[in-house]
Amino acid sequence: MANSDNAPKKPKKPIAPRVEMPTQPPRERTGNFDEVALGYTREQALAEAERCLQCKKPACVKGCPVEVPIKDFIERLQHDDVPGAYEVIKSTNSLPAVCGRVCPQEVQCEGACILGKKGEPVAIGRLERYTADTFMANSACEHMNGEGRSCAPIREDLKVACIGSGPSSLTCAGYLSSRGIKVSVFEALHELGGVLVYGIPEFRLPKSIVAQEVDALREQQVDLLTNWVGGKTIEISELFEAGYKAVFVGVGAGLPRFLNIPGENLIGVFSANEYLTRVNLGRAYKFPEADTPTYPGKHVAVFGAGNVAMDAARTAVRLGAERVSIVYRRTKGEMPARVEELDHAIEEGVELQILSSPLEFVGNEQGFLKSVILQRMELGEPDDSGRRRPVPIEDDRFELECDLAIIAVGTSPNPILLEASPELKLNKWGYVKVDETTGETSMANVFAGGDIVTGAATVISAMGAGRRAGMEIARRLMDE
Amino acid sequence: MIEISAPPARILAKERLIPGQTSKLVIDAPHIARKARPGNFVILRIAPEGERIPLTIADTDPEAGTVTIVYLVLGKTTAALEQLGEGDTILDLCGPLGKETHIEKVGTVICVGGGTGIAAMHHIAKGHHMAGNRVVAIVGARSENLLLFCDELESFCPELEICTDDGSCGHKGFVTDILQKRLEEDSEIGEVVAVGPVPMMAAVARVAKPFNVKTTVSLNSIMVDGIGMCGACRVTVGGETKFACVDGPEFDGLQVDFNELNKRLTAFKPQEAISYEEWKKSHGQ
Repeated sequence: MANSDNAPKKPKKPIAPRVEMPTQPPRERTGNFDEVALGYTREQALAEAERCLQCKKPACVKGCPVEVPIKDFIERLQHDDVPGAYEVIKSTNSLPAVCGRVCPQEVQCEGACILGKKGEPVAIGRLERYTADTFMANSACEHMNGEGRSCAPIREDLKVACIGSGPSSLTCAGYLSSRGIKVSVFEALHELGGVLVYGIPEFRLPKSIVAQEVDALREQQVDLLTNWVGGKTIEISELFEAGYKAVFVGVGAGLPRFLNIPGENLIGVFSANEYLTRVNLGRAYKFPEADTPTYPGKHVAVFGAGNVAMDAARTAVRLGAERVSIVYRRTKGEMPARVEELDHAIEEGVELQILSSPLEFVGNEQGFLKSVILQRMELGEPDDSGRRRPVPIEDDRFELECDLAIIAVGTSPNPILLEASPELKLNKWGYVKVDETTGETSMANVFAGGDIVTGAATVISAMGAGRRAGMEIARRLMDE
Repeated sequence: MIEISAPPARILAKERLIPGQTSKLVIDAPHIARKARPGNFVILRIAPEGERIPLTIADTDPEAGTVTIVYLVLGKTTAALEQLGEGDTILDLCGPLGKETHIEKVGTVICVGGGTGIAAMHHIAKGHHMAGNRVVAIVGARSENLLLFCDELESFCPELEICTDDGSCGHKGFVTDILQKRLEEDSEIGEVVAVGPVPMMAAVARVAKPFNVKTTVSLNSIMVDGIGMCGACRVTVGGETKFACVDGPEFDGLQVDFNELNKRLTAFKPQEAISYEEWKKSHGQ
């Protein structure tokens, strides 16, 4: 409709585009394991913070599982007050440097940002990362409590055990220790951080960042015990016998799922967990300087299209594969990975073999993988998940040459702790059943959170669960 | 009250069972000794950039708080382990892992051990003995000087049969020769247990099959985490994929696809060779 009014309409201030974050150029980064996204400079962060409208009712906070007071921290950044911003974030989030890197912000805080309705949302994740990285040198202790309190003295008579040292446990431990409760974290592997160290590659989340967050807990007198397997070295009932008042179970999702097709145990077929654990935890990218070997692949096929699949594919690129394909039975639009991860993978040369579903792995006489037979698919009607269902195109099969196959189609519950604790009630998928508000399991004073409750999910949702359980445990132990 | 403490895993005693090849370590690890049962294994790492390797627990002393492991020098990690001595510490020692041996009172149990596997077999045999079973031990090695744990086994097994390939001790030939004979002579055998090289365990299963006797084998598949996370150790048992680290390491020998297991064990041979060669060069060997 033509605007024929006499009074000229006030031109709307255009929404400034968000400030891009510098990254290592694709050509360079495929040759190393250094971090891809380089983070904002001070000028970039100030410019991006300036874009925030400081809404009266900020929608972004609702989108954050740990309810970071986003508006407040960005306001402090607008005044170039990094310590202030950090303090605000730390009041609810004990792992901001991690979250700033691996959270799916586009569907959480940024997905709810009002600027996103007309233009691009504020780059909240990048600002969180900038704040955490810039501040990192300081003691976490002073900033854990909010309201400027310093850490409460640790009471040795109030002990809580956290089993596992992934994001949910670390969050629970951080919350409780900042309130003066003595926490022991029991980790089965030799390194602390759970999925943050064995699952997420160095180029997306440097180990040094995780180590810094763990060190902050050490400063708060959290006991960190590695090589202790919950359900094997120690059982839940024994923790209570040892004087712990509450137990938080954050043992992750565990057992890798396979495709259940012929040839799956050929040499060269790996779970994404094994492939990534060798490279990340075992530092196999430094082999033979580091002892854990990785499997060389010239032609790599990755099955699945989530973030884990992207991590595996990009790792294979860095380890020198000539050709890496993501094999997925739907199309690019349905891929569950974060858009940024998918884009980065494509920039790095990863190919997408869409509308293809694996039927059989083919090997040679010595048992080595040489190819995979794929079934061509098309999209049919939407299924229960709302996504269009992939339907096989009859008789349309083809062979994809590959000497390394990586299966990234999810995990099922790890049986170790669950078999040792039959009192823990499970849901129909085999994960631990909890009270949704408190995180308490069917065992009194035993709480659970993270992937062992939800199945494979995000770092931030695991942290949300750790925080919820921590709040309830503190309430019970200290009458908070 | 249970004490939550983990002293550094110090090596309290070392015995070179076969010089340069196989050693026995007694390690201070009360929290593991308290929980370790026959059939369990540990994962250890000895250097900051080191590999995690699984080793079966050969014995425990819960009162002294020790676990005993026996290893064969096969590659870089075990070669470096062989350089450690009494008083040294193992960087990371994690366990006990795997399901414990299912032990029932069945009367007579034949326990077959080959090479380094005799050590792991010893712990299982001891468990059967403690449960009141009569244990017949059959052990085999290439030559007399490569036999392990014979004195220990003799102390509780009413029968100990020794086989060597070269005839330097006991029967000249394979453990399966003796096993076959025993199964033919004695129809009351409750169970056969075999721990050793894959071809030996496969042969034991082949021999035992016609006698319709329960046959348990302990599998040494490749592992990374050992806690059911990576699936490296998968084996086909009765047509189904199982994880040796959490479903095993012991399985029904009559159902195991040994051919596949043998192939999978070769997956990293070239890298293992590179690693070991580099280590030998840097250690003047």
